[in-house]
Amino acid sequence: MKQTLKNLPWNVLGPWLALAAACFFFATQSDRFFTGENLSLITQQVMVVGVLAIGMTLIILTAGIDLSCGMVMALGSMVMTKLAVENELPVGLAILCGIGVTALFGLINGLLVTKAKLPSFIVTLGTMNIAFATTQIYTSSASVTDLPESLTMIGNTFEIMGTQVSYGTLFMIALYVLMWRFLSDTAPGRHIYAVGNAPEASRLTGISVDKVLIGVYVLAGVFYGLAAMLSVARTGIGDPQAGQTENLDAITAVVLGGTSLFGGRGIILGTLVGAVIVGVFRNGLTLMGVPSVVQLLVTGVLVILAVAVDQLSHKKAR
Amino acid sequence: MSSPLVFEAKGLVKRYGQVTALDGVDFELRAGEIMAVIGDNGAGKSSLIKALSGATVPDEGSILLDGKPVLFKSPIEARRSGIETVYQDLAVAPAMTIAENLFLGRELYKAGAIGKLLRLLDKNEMLTQAVSRMNDLKVGIRSMTQSVETLSGGQRQCVAVARAAAFAKHVVIMDEPTAALGVKEGNMVLELIRRVRDKGLPVILISHNMPHVFEIADRIHIQRLGKRAAIVNPKRISMSDTVAVMTGAKTVDELPAEALA
Repeated sequence: MKQTLKNLPWNVLGPWLALAAACFFFATQSDRFFTGENLSLITQQVMVVGVLAIGMTLIILTAGIDLSCGMVMALGSMVMTKLAVENELPVGLAILCGIGVTALFGLINGLLVTKAKLPSFIVTLGTMNIAFATTQIYTSSASVTDLPESLTMIGNTFEIMGTQVSYGTLFMIALYVLMWRFLSDTAPGRHIYAVGNAPEASRLTGISVDKVLIGVYVLAGVFYGLAAMLSVARTGIGDPQAGQTENLDAITAVVLGGTSLFGGRGIILGTLVGAVIVGVFRNGLTLMGVPSVVQLLVTGVLVILAVAVDQLSHKKAR
Repeated sequence: MSSPLVFEAKGLVKRYGQVTALDGVDFELRAGEIMAVIGDNGAGKSSLIKALSGATVPDEGSILLDGKPVLFKSPIEARRSGIETVYQDLAVAPAMTIAENLFLGRELYKAGAIGKLLRLLDKNEMLTQAVSRMNDLKVGIRSMTQSVETLSGGQRQCVAVARAAAFAKHVVIMDEPTAALGVKEGNMVLELIRRVRDKGLPVILISHNMPHVFEIADRIHIQRLGKRAAIVNPKRISMSDTVAVMTGAKTVDELPAEALA
């Protein structure tokens, strides 16, 4: 019995159990938690962090970290809204330009990590500040409003069993399924795991480690751009102050989802569960009337707990 | 000497600043043999192996593969020419499965244009081939889908050796494959190296472990002061004489003629 318990895939089951526990707890604290209206709110909140966390998962699988993701997303959303509203570019083109900017930041991060051999933590701490400052300079810290309807269309909702589900949430789920297949069924996907797990062994088998890493950072940038598009659609404005809580939330989602910060281990679908856990926590705490500063405190504790569990299980695996 | 020469080096020189690591060393490997390379620290053993496996480019001299001159600028180029190297450690990705490790960097894709374009893995075919290759070499590992970190050190090294043997067309180079292993595990790897040779692949074995070298080598290349001091026949020379040549206590001229190979 003890042996069977030990052999269960805890890295897969753990996030689900944590989610169930969180839902149970908040349901006992607030009657409004399990209403269709509230669940709609959670799914819409989750879509932005969820898509950011896809990019973050890729980077963490390579044993890196990206602290710039929220700020890069904010810059992307300002590029999209300003180009669409003030420069009157077609919406599709404006979105592409925004994604181009976030992918460019990914490329810069990737080049600094591989060619300059700097630690991703420091690189992205720098680009986080650069992206934030660029956003403020570019927008003079002013929001962009009166967005064309086509820019927020993906945030529209339809009803399933009393719950309003947005197209953006479906889009997010589709991205997860796509990336899940990519990571498990293609050679480039497996190489991301290999590079994160054993960079030297990967290099010796002929995998171009630098190419894989740069590809991962650029791809992550593309996901931040898509998250920017969803963020604009959800809030209906271009907000230069966006992305500040999403930064840590994305990292928390990945770690809660069972991806190891040491690289090479993790399942992308776990990240989706992790993102829902983060969303449930933020939502549940709000329903309980917990002030947002305290929520920040709770998220901080949550991420440290998740990392501690990762650290412990890593030691055991050795 | 009946077997043809497969891999040959002539007059290799490698200098690192003031230090001459290789001082005109020759090397030869014949078909179907295990050639051990031994030498004291600083004798140029690693420099020789690095030159042969493409990890460094020698300053002078030539390397011939099947009689044709070759120049490797990287281990990848050496590998493309059919020379596989097994490293002491660093060789496998522990979190990935045995089958994945066997095909890492050389994955098989699904048939058809879409399979190639998207680089879709043919997992079934890789699994089937992994099983048959491990069976060929009599590596007793039950499941190819378990992760390498569930294996013992010796079994991990067997995975690395099996991978090299599966893809090498000409030569397998093994750099201290038993150094980190216990007695039983070490013997398991030695047995596997012997089977690799018996399947027709010549093996270059670098080792500090004299009993291991004497157990499986067909010939021994003794490296000393950046040169080849001698090639000896382990069946006709004692371990102590071999060590004496390696350390310079004896010269080749003091050895009986039948000890040389």
